[in-house]
Amino acid sequence: MNSASHYDVAIIGAGMSGLAAGIRLAHFGKRVCIFERHNAPGGLNSFYSLAGRRYDVGLHAMTNFVRPGVKGTPLGKLLRQLRIDRDEFALCEQKQSRIAFGPHGEAALRFTNDFAVLESEVAHKFPAQIDGFRRLVATVRTYDDVSLDAPAASARAVVRQHVTDPLLEDMIFCPVMYYGSATEHDMEFGQFVIMFKALYLEGFARPFDGVRVIIRVLLEKFRAAGGERRMKCGVRSIRARDDRATALSLDDGSEITAEHVISSIGAPETDRLMEPNVQQPTSHAQLSEQNSALRTPHAAIPIGALTFVETITVLDCQPAALGWGSDTIIFFNDSPRFHYTRSEDQVDLRSGVICIPNNFNYGPGRVLPEGIFRCTCLASYGRWAHLPADTYRTDKQRWYAAIQRSAQRFLPLPSAPDAFARATLTTDMFTPRTIAKFTGHLGGAIYGSPVKNRQGRTTLANVYLCGTDQGFLGIVGAMLSGISMANYHILQKG
Amino acid sequence: MTKDECKQIVLDIIADIAPDEDLSHVKPGVRLRDQLQLDSMDFLDIVMELRKRHGIEVPEADYQQLASLDSSAEYLTPKFIALGK
Repeated sequence: MNSASHYDVAIIGAGMSGLAAGIRLAHFGKRVCIFERHNAPGGLNSFYSLAGRRYDVGLHAMTNFVRPGVKGTPLGKLLRQLRIDRDEFALCEQKQSRIAFGPHGEAALRFTNDFAVLESEVAHKFPAQIDGFRRLVATVRTYDDVSLDAPAASARAVVRQHVTDPLLEDMIFCPVMYYGSATEHDMEFGQFVIMFKALYLEGFARPFDGVRVIIRVLLEKFRAAGGERRMKCGVRSIRARDDRATALSLDDGSEITAEHVISSIGAPETDRLMEPNVQQPTSHAQLSEQNSALRTPHAAIPIGALTFVETITVLDCQPAALGWGSDTIIFFNDSPRFHYTRSEDQVDLRSGVICIPNNFNYGPGRVLPEGIFRCTCLASYGRWAHLPADTYRTDKQRWYAAIQRSAQRFLPLPSAPDAFARATLTTDMFTPRTIAKFTGHLGGAIYGSPVKNRQGRTTLANVYLCGTDQGFLGIVGAMLSGISMANYHILQKG
Repeated sequence: MTKDECKQIVLDIIADIAPDEDLSHVKPGVRLRDQLQLDSMDFLDIVMELRKRHGIEVPEADYQQLASLDSSAEYLTPKFIALGK
């Protein structure tokens, strides 16, 4: 065995979950290498430069924000487990966010990092529902959402036991689904609880310099702990014998061996790397009923249907100059019901999320150098995937304009009708095709498969999943997923 | 290695894994969980750090021996001595 190419643990993917798993393992003396196909780390939450500007992708805000001194929440667990001082993330809190429903957002609920704001908004706007809402919150607070073997339940069904107004129900679900649900129409209740806490009971924050700050902290911890990382070098296949991975073939044609393999690239995506690929029939129902206490035969796992487009507009002024200075994130829906489902058309304009990164409280005198206006909408992978280059380009331009018009229905009118266009310096847009290309997620499914695998087991005894398809959601969830799987499968076993 | 030194070793580890806890008033006879916000992930880390820093192995069946500083010292001191520390 060549010691130069043998590791205790090989990790596939340098996203949040893979980096977090790597930090844990390297800290405790394991020889770890992370293999990442792209030149930039971060995975679904990354950043890129274009024409001298730096953009964030994925992350609108870091969820799960709690103030110093609040203990026992995911952020605190994450900081402890990775030995990160919370000042290293330099998180700045949101101003306020808003759920805006109706053709022009007539029904609105504001929320901030102080949960009392949302509670009083519900009490004021849905007085008949507030008792039920409080019961729902109590149920959420007491639910053990990090259990690796909790039974599955429909979140819609649980919420309806407490909240009987469909408008309020949809308004509660809209942000929760947009920020993490891989399931159409409904969610597993445990996943709902994770997201409800992350968004409403905890909150939103962002480092002044964006997601790159968080990624840099993770990279530095990993390096300092002795971890290795190979960029632009993905894993091409996992060779197996007798139910164990025996070697990994890399993109550069070389081969490495490892005692354990942690894959953050998704369940069906990991399965496709396995050679030989043994497909075992197991029904989806069985998987979700037992919540994957069994080893997952990935062939039975459906590819996620939910994917998105995002537009980014860079402005020559602060958004406040257009009258958009108060909202950090706006979740909107113009229809009688909220449809969280695969888009029929290239983009579903009925609902979406607006993020204005300028509207975090960065402190006195600290403002982002340019205005940034981001919009996210549900989209269809199939309708973007195979377009010829020129059609793809013109479709992007057409939908960019349509998305701006749709989203701006939920914002105050600027002083002049063309103020937004005049302030626009440049724009960018990514589609499900971009997501599939840069993340490797089949179908551009940002949140992965609707079937989650809490224990992270695969058909191979020494290959485990972490990240999106393990089922802890959001970026803090992703990091906790990597931590949990490293602890559970490797460190606890000595 | 005295029992007091052993308690200090455990406290040093807790200070590193949970820097947001105030350890100045930890009562040695009281369960750590009852006076500090430590969860099962944190206890796993105490065990892991004992192995990493001091070469001490704590099998899973013995985790409850680390419930308080006193019980930790009773349990760990002979292990340190056995290692010549």
